[in-house]
Order: sequence, then structure tokens, then C-alpha cells
Amino acid sequence: MEPFIHLTAIAIPIDQANIDTDQIIPARFLGKPRPQQAAGFFHDTRLDPSGRPREGVTLNNPAYAGAKIIVAGDNFACGSSRENAVTVMVDHGFRAFIAPSFGDIFFGNCFQNGVLPIRLPADRVARIRAILHELPGAEISIDLAAQSVLGPDGLSDRFEIDPFRKDCLLRGVDEINLTLGYEKDIAAFEARQRRELSWL
Amino acid sequence: MKLRRPDRGFATPDHYVLTNSRLIKDIPDPDHRRLVEQIRENAAETGVTLFDLGDERQGIVHVVGPEQGVTQPGLTLVCGDSHTSTHGALGALAFGIGSSEVTHVMATQCLWQRKPKAMRVSVEGTLAPGISAKDVILAIIAKIGAAGAVGHVIEYSGSAIRSLSIEGRLTVCNMSIEAGGRAGMVAPDDKTIAYLEGRPFAPKKAEWDKAVAFWRGVPSDEGATFDRDVSLQASEIVPMLTWGTSPEDALPITGRVPSPAAADAAKRDGIKRALDYMDLVPGTPLDQVAVDRVFIGSCTNSRIEDLRQAAEVAKGRKTVIPAWVVAGSGLVKKQAEAEGLDRIFREAGFDWREPGCSMCVGMNGDTGLPGQRIASTSNRNFIGRQGRGVRTHLLSPAMAAAAAVTGRFTDVRRLLA
Repeated sequence: MEPFIHLTAIAIPIDQANIDTDQIIPARFLGKPRPQQAAGFFHDTRLDPSGRPREGVTLNNPAYAGAKIIVAGDNFACGSSRENAVTVMVDHGFRAFIAPSFGDIFFGNCFQNGVLPIRLPADRVARIRAILHELPGAEISIDLAAQSVLGPDGLSDRFEIDPFRKDCLLRGVDEINLTLGYEKDIAAFEARQRRELSWL
Repeated sequence: MKLRRPDRGFATPDHYVLTNSRLIKDIPDPDHRRLVEQIRENAAETGVTLFDLGDERQGIVHVVGPEQGVTQPGLTLVCGDSHTSTHGALGALAFGIGSSEVTHVMATQCLWQRKPKAMRVSVEGTLAPGISAKDVILAIIAKIGAAGAVGHVIEYSGSAIRSLSIEGRLTVCNMSIEAGGRAGMVAPDDKTIAYLEGRPFAPKKAEWDKAVAFWRGVPSDEGATFDRDVSLQASEIVPMLTWGTSPEDALPITGRVPSPAAADAAKRDGIKRALDYMDLVPGTPLDQVAVDRVFIGSCTNSRIEDLRQAAEVAKGRKTVIPAWVVAGSGLVKKQAEAEGLDRIFREAGFDWREPGCSMCVGMNGDTGLPGQRIASTSNRNFIGRQGRGVRTHLLSPAMAAAAAVTGRFTDVRRLLA
């Protein structure tokens, strides 16, 4: 997996709370091969029923073209476990998400795809979104090693991240290979389980 | 890829199966048809147990697991679906994961996890007649919000939860994810053990006694502390339904469509947006809103008890709008037919269909038309969830049946009186 170390990129604001994974990629795109899923990216938010871009939708504003960071509202990407919600955004170039909180399953899925979800206090996230609306195309800088986010106003925030997840991202670790390295421990656990919980 | 423990893997096709045919060749979309074929090929190759299309044990995975006795207290159970929280009703730690983590589990039988925070939701007292587990969980989500339990596992407790059947507990735990909680659970008790006894994958004979002894030790200790405690009074819960586009937008049927003007500034825009999509006028009494279509089914409400509750309302009445009943599994369907519920539904004008996820998410093509208002026993009222432009209102099976026979949202207590 591609390591995540630094990222400086245009950030795009999405203001609403509780953006669910059905908005990020509607269910009807999920059964298709991955290249065809790309069209599903916020499909019904971006496009009207005739397929024309909706006016006034931030995601359609060319000033944010090339954005790699989404700055979202509370409980971003709640709902279903579809990992396609992460991959469709990765396929559109996104590598980091900043929000006051995330859907738990989405949050976990990000780390499986070399993507960094960052939790910051709600008032700070709202302030960053407001600046991004005022200055479309403004950039944010993320330094994972230092656990810092440099906002478009030049203010820096520290964020918390699980040290295990941080290390995996920095090194681009393949989790399955990592876990298989613990084969002895897994086997010992299974032996004990066979004795104690023999009906399983 | 070689699976570490294929004997611990179970599979069933649910999202993409048709509900008007059991034949794979009838699936019109070639990508979807391929997915249903692939689960058969993959199960044969890897050795996981498959409840395939055509097998009476096939159904929605969260109905099938408990029904087969695969779900047991004290287990850690994962599945690539967010409503895996359902299985916590039997005292398992059960949560949804993405496809990469599913692969990881298949290869290693492990997952990297931090211990989540613990939240206790207590519902004390007695539920009034006509109030179901669905009303309880909608009331809980309305109280704590769609992000209320993010980062937490919920334990549901209190006399009202204990008094629920296993089916009711499955409904409550199912929608933990709609409150933001990745998992929800109920302490196993005599009902849990009675439910599991004799099920195909439950332990037998001496192993059964050993398992029961272990299960008795699973509940939280007396005096255990939680990171967060929430409590509700059962007697205050009335039939609920959602009006908006988040499961937290739930109100009693006796309520009115909320007004953005009356809300605080932070919520105003969201309410306005939801009402625009739902085509609702602030102040309208909820029981005056007309419904176009009804769906009774999904991993939330497609078990035998759900069908009995809906049939009780449907009996001797006629639907005035299209209404579907989709049993959660072949075995639920068979049981319902043995009890004559299918006849009650058919005579009332309901469409009695084959098991699957169906209109909950519409991946199999079971979707509504743009602009349609659907009374649905499923779990998500997200924009476009049941088809582009479709307006979903979540409610209980009895309330859905009441909407089917009256053509609008109706307080089911009036029909049961």
C-alpha cells in the first residue's frame, strides 16, 4: 500500500452533518466493476435526474478541481459498511478527510486504503469549511508524523491518531502480512480456545 | 486465497437475489447475476458453509445467522455489512466491516481493534399494547441522535429490553448502527438459551451444557460502569415513524412535521433540506400524510414475530396501495405459511414474495419510483436509499400494515382497539 506521510492539497468543504455512504456512492453502482463505480461518486448530489450538473453544489465548483482533502460535517460517511465509499473517493484523488466525527466502519475502512481520516473539534472544522467557501482552491497541509494540520488560515492543529494505525500508514504496511507474522500467537490462542470452548 | 478456518465461515446470497424468482438466470443485470453465481463458486472453493438460493435456509444473512444457531453468546462475529450489529441480540460482539477486513479475517481469523467505549441504554418499565421493538429503537435513536453512539458499543438493558422476545432484541440491536454504534448487545438470559437449543449449528449434548455454563458468565457484572448511560421510560414510547432523511428524524405518530423556523440555527438548514426532499409541509399532522407504497421486510423486521404483528393488522382488511411482504428467510416464509399468515396477507391484497434484502436497499432492482412515498420497516431513510427520488419513512411492521390498509400513516393502536 502507498505510504501516507505528507499531503498538501486543495480542500473542499461539505457542510451537512450525517452524510451517509449512500450519498457518497448510491447502491446501484456497487455491483459494477471498480472502474465503472467511479461515476457513482456523489452521483445524485452532483447531477440532476437528467444527468446535468446541479447548480450551487460545491462538488461541481471548478475552483476546487484537483482537491485531495474533504472537510466534512459531523458523522461523515455514516451508514453502510461499503468500502466502495472509500475507494470511489480514492479513485477521485482524495487521500484525507477532516471532520468532527466519522461513521465508525468508514473510519476503519480508510486505513485499509492508505487514506487518513482526521478528527478535529467541531468549531474548528466549521471554521475551516467557512474559509474554504470564502477562498475556493485554498490548500491544507497535513503532516502525519507530526500529527498536525495546517489550515488555510495559517493556523495549525494537532490531531490524535491510534499509534498502530499511524505506523501502518507511514510505512504503507500490508495488514495481512503483518498479522501472519503473529502466526505463533494465533495458533496458541486457537489451541487454548479448542480446550476451553470446545463446541466452537 | 486459503481460508484459515473455513468451518467458521458462513455465506448466503441476499442483497442481489430476486424476490419474484429463485432462479439465477432470471436476474436481469449480468453483473448482479455474476455476483450470485460467484458466491456459489467461492463457497465450493473455500469450503465455507453456503445457504444457497433454492435452499430453504437461504435468506438475509442477519436473519439466517441466529436462526441457524450460528450466532451465539460470547462470540466475536463479523460480516461485510453494517447491520451485523443485529447478532448482538444473542450476546455476541458483532459488527460490520469492509471488504478488506473481511479478507483479513478469512486469511488470519483476526482483526486489529482497539477496545471501543461502552454505552448503556436502559429501557425500564412496560411497553403499551401495539408498541414494538421498532418503536423502542426509533425512540432511542431520536433521543441520542444518528451520531450518538459513534465510537461506542451499546448494551441495551432494563426490564423492557429483557421482556422483548429474541426477535424483538434482534430488531433493536440491528439499528445500533443508525445510532452511530458499530455494535449493540443484550445480555444472554434464559430466553437466549431457550432460543438456541436445538438449532442446527448450536452445540449438542455434553457440549451444550459446557456452552451454557460459559454463556451464563457472559453478561456484564453487577455494578459495571459505562462511559455513557442513557435511559428511557417504556411507558412513554408510542408508535414512531421517521419524517426526514436520517434515522434520528423520528417522531411519534401523534406528532406533526417539524418546522425549520422553530429549530435552532445549526439544525435549520438540515431540516429544510430534508423536508424539501421528503416533500412535507411543516406543521402537517403525521397521520394525515398519504403513502404510495408499503414494504414489510429487511434484516430489521422480517422475522416471524414481525410478520405476525403485521398480519394481525392486515387480517380482514384490504390494502389500498401496493404493499409487499418479504420474509427474511426461506424458513421464516415456511413458518409463516404454516401459520396461514401468507393467506391473510394475500387476501388483504399484499404481495407475498421470496426472501432477500429487497426494497431495503434496492440493489436487486426492487426500488420505488421517483417521488413515491414508502412506508418501510427497514432501517435507513437516506436520500435515494430505496431508489432515486424515493421518500422513505421508517416504522414498525404493524404501523406499515396500518398504512397499507388506510393509504396514509395511521396510529396502529386505533386499528388494534
